[in-house]
Amino acid sequence: MKLTLHVWRQKNAQDTGGMVRYDVPNVNEHMSFLEMLDVLNESLIEKGQDPIAFDHDCREGICGMCGMMINGKAHGGFPGTTVCQVHMRHFKDGDVIYLEPWRAKAFPVIKDLAVNRASFDRIIAAGGFISVPTGSAPDGNAIPIRKQDADLAMDAAACIGCGACVAACPNAAAALFVGAKISHLGHLPQGKVERDRRALAMVQQMNIEGFANCTNIGECEAACPKDIKLEVIARTNRDYIKAAFTERPDSTSAGAG
Amino acid sequence: MELISNAPTGPIEQSWDKHKFDLKLINPANKRKYNIIVVGSGLAGGAAAASLGELGYNVQCFCYQDSPRRAHSIAAQGGINAAKNYHNDGDSIYRLFYDTVKGGDFRSREANVYRLAQVSVNIIDQCVAQGVPFAREYGGLLDNRSFGGAQVSRTFYARGQTGQQLLLGAYQALERQIGLGAVKMHPRMDMLDLIVVDGQARGIVTRSLYDGKIEVHMADAVILATGGYANVFYLSTNAKGCNATAIWRAYKRGALFANPCFTQIHPTCIPVAGEYQSKLTLMSESLRNDGRIWVPKQPGDKRAPGSIPESERDYYLERRYPSFGNLVPRDIASRAAKAECDAGRGVGETGLGVYLDLADSIQRLGKRTIAERYGNLIEMYERITGEDPYKVPMRIYPASHYVMGGLWVDYNLMSTIPGLFVLGEANFSDHGANRLGASALMQGLADGYFIIPYAIGDYLATAKPAQVAVDAPAAKEAVANATAITKKLLNANGNRTVDSFHRELGKIVWDNCGMARNEAGLKKALAQIPALREDFWKNVRVLGANEEFNQSLERAGRVADFFELAELMCLDALDRRESCGGHFREEYQTPEGEALRDDANYSYVAAWEYQGQDRAPALTKEPLTFNYVKPSQRSYK
Repeated sequence: MKLTLHVWRQKNAQDTGGMVRYDVPNVNEHMSFLEMLDVLNESLIEKGQDPIAFDHDCREGICGMCGMMINGKAHGGFPGTTVCQVHMRHFKDGDVIYLEPWRAKAFPVIKDLAVNRASFDRIIAAGGFISVPTGSAPDGNAIPIRKQDADLAMDAAACIGCGACVAACPNAAAALFVGAKISHLGHLPQGKVERDRRALAMVQQMNIEGFANCTNIGECEAACPKDIKLEVIARTNRDYIKAAFTERPDSTSAGAG
Repeated sequence: MELISNAPTGPIEQSWDKHKFDLKLINPANKRKYNIIVVGSGLAGGAAAASLGELGYNVQCFCYQDSPRRAHSIAAQGGINAAKNYHNDGDSIYRLFYDTVKGGDFRSREANVYRLAQVSVNIIDQCVAQGVPFAREYGGLLDNRSFGGAQVSRTFYARGQTGQQLLLGAYQALERQIGLGAVKMHPRMDMLDLIVVDGQARGIVTRSLYDGKIEVHMADAVILATGGYANVFYLSTNAKGCNATAIWRAYKRGALFANPCFTQIHPTCIPVAGEYQSKLTLMSESLRNDGRIWVPKQPGDKRAPGSIPESERDYYLERRYPSFGNLVPRDIASRAAKAECDAGRGVGETGLGVYLDLADSIQRLGKRTIAERYGNLIEMYERITGEDPYKVPMRIYPASHYVMGGLWVDYNLMSTIPGLFVLGEANFSDHGANRLGASALMQGLADGYFIIPYAIGDYLATAKPAQVAVDAPAAKEAVANATAITKKLLNANGNRTVDSFHRELGKIVWDNCGMARNEAGLKKALAQIPALREDFWKNVRVLGANEEFNQSLERAGRVADFFELAELMCLDALDRRESCGGHFREEYQTPEGEALRDDANYSYVAAWEYQGQDRAPALTKEPLTFNYVKPSQRSYK
């Protein structure tokens, strides 16, 4: 099949950028979407033109490195699918496709379709963990965990940190990403100890990074390639509100000894 | 050069405990005076950086991805082994040790493997405490499944995303240390050279992938945890960015490279569909628990799988290996699939595929149970192929997946360059000539969480590295070297893309040093690779400049190193005139077509030393002795 692409080209963070049209002949339906872009890039290099920069790595839908807006939809809008797992059989001859990077203040463009998502790492560094130094753990079976809880934790832990939720959100909020981590750890007994601190710290960092507030639109859930549910945001809100009332400042007394 | 393994002697059950006690310590107040570099942020690197940060060292961690959470450990699906014996089915540390030495076809160091089996139980505890949501039974306890090469259920898993969940555990521990200021993270950085001062590893040269800036980072010790080199085949299940540059440049600075020809071909991957294919996708080996592998008995049978009656199907693994059946180790399953396809019984358009059929299990356990166990894998298969495995059998074919070879390390995980430690897949240590399923995650975390924190303290306390300035002559020379390589790539200005060279190199290596090898093929490859490499340096076309986000330039540097590594792989494969594990030399096989080892002549680790650009590398042998698991012809019949 033959496709027409309109791709966002931006040399660097300072450049204003704009759409550029490319005609792609000979697209095979078994190709993945990124392989179609590989083929286009090879032909651009042969013509001496700068290839399109886009992030990708595992190409199995698990590393979370890839991501772009295809015709205005994060990862192309196929249910539970990252862009690296989209195959060209979903398109037909003559289709016109628009490709843009994730657009959010907290995800500045590096080049073309590649953005900087370091803000996500800083949110995790603020509180998205369980404080357990290496070597200090009790036996793995010491604390039984209800299967339902382990399953709910796993559902939320499936987040790959790709940023599609932010890109899909009209407010560019990171509520689904933050909620996924808060729910993952909050469903487990090991994570409950730091639940209050975690909610306060992660939400605070989310605000510092310039993500806007959630207004319950739900685009994030629809765009999430790992089917993270909107209910994780409700959990963040519950934990955050509770913690805002109950959390006390750390004691400054180190104790005797 | 003489290789000293530093493996403790005495009863193997006590050797790690005794060794730990003998290792020197650094007092907590002094740890902060030491700087440690960790390159790579996967299970081994991430766990090491987090653990060393916790201990109080100043740690700098580097990765090429945009975040440490994306390292390729994340893609491991099936699980992680541990000798917990929670299921009372006869498992023990000794059995895990035994299975791993045997599975590795008696080409690993016994003491290392025993230690790995020992710390496996701590890994599970650590991960549970970090919040890794392992699968559980209704009673709330941890669930297990079985995996290839073992007759007990010792594999812990988190759906089909075990690697992801373990990595996120390590990543969160790492981010915690980053937040506390104990670790400084440098994402989107390539390591381009190792700085060696007075014979000790003292720093690295990096290139920022954002803007091409070349920087020097000095430290008291350098840890490489940069994964394997399976992308030398171009098509592999590794992530596109996985590369050998860090270990290769360390090799060129004097670290010995061990067993480069030991590569693992994974039996269950989605077959290649066309020329444009950029990578291969693994379907977890755990599917072999409930999937039966078969081909039509008649060569060239093009009927749809559903219309081939039971009597005309050959469940060849169950037939050839009745006691292990579909759960034979990976090397054996891969070769058996190749043999069926070579005999014309392969399925699919290309004839390079066999069926993995879930139908019997769906009938026995119900679709729901199968979906619970493998749902995400089945969905992934459907997305890629457009076929529904609940209705038609999956088609699978072996693909390059993992490498057992890597930089040589002693029992303390230190390479032949003092102060240079190598962890995880990047070293050669634990898996011999074939790795068992669910053991890579175990090894990465064992190295990172439980071994390097002890080993590094002993090195620093003993070696007491002196102060070195960032503008030391060795640092300047390394910067000049890294800059020269980049310039040369940009100035070649030829007419072929990096990928087209990489694809051609990969085909040569796959055809001649892949699942089966022979002298003629290896010699042919050893003639073709240098010729193609020469062409690469003359005719590669890398556009743009160094001082920008330049993905072609990143790839070009990595492929340049794959060219050199491919040659060493073939040389090692040629030199090892026996078959063992993943290294199958067609000249050396039993009448039944199994690998025929030659313990009298090849029971050693082949460690290669760089001698300069146009000189053949020198071979040093580390002899292997087996005091506990007596080498025998592996039998899974």
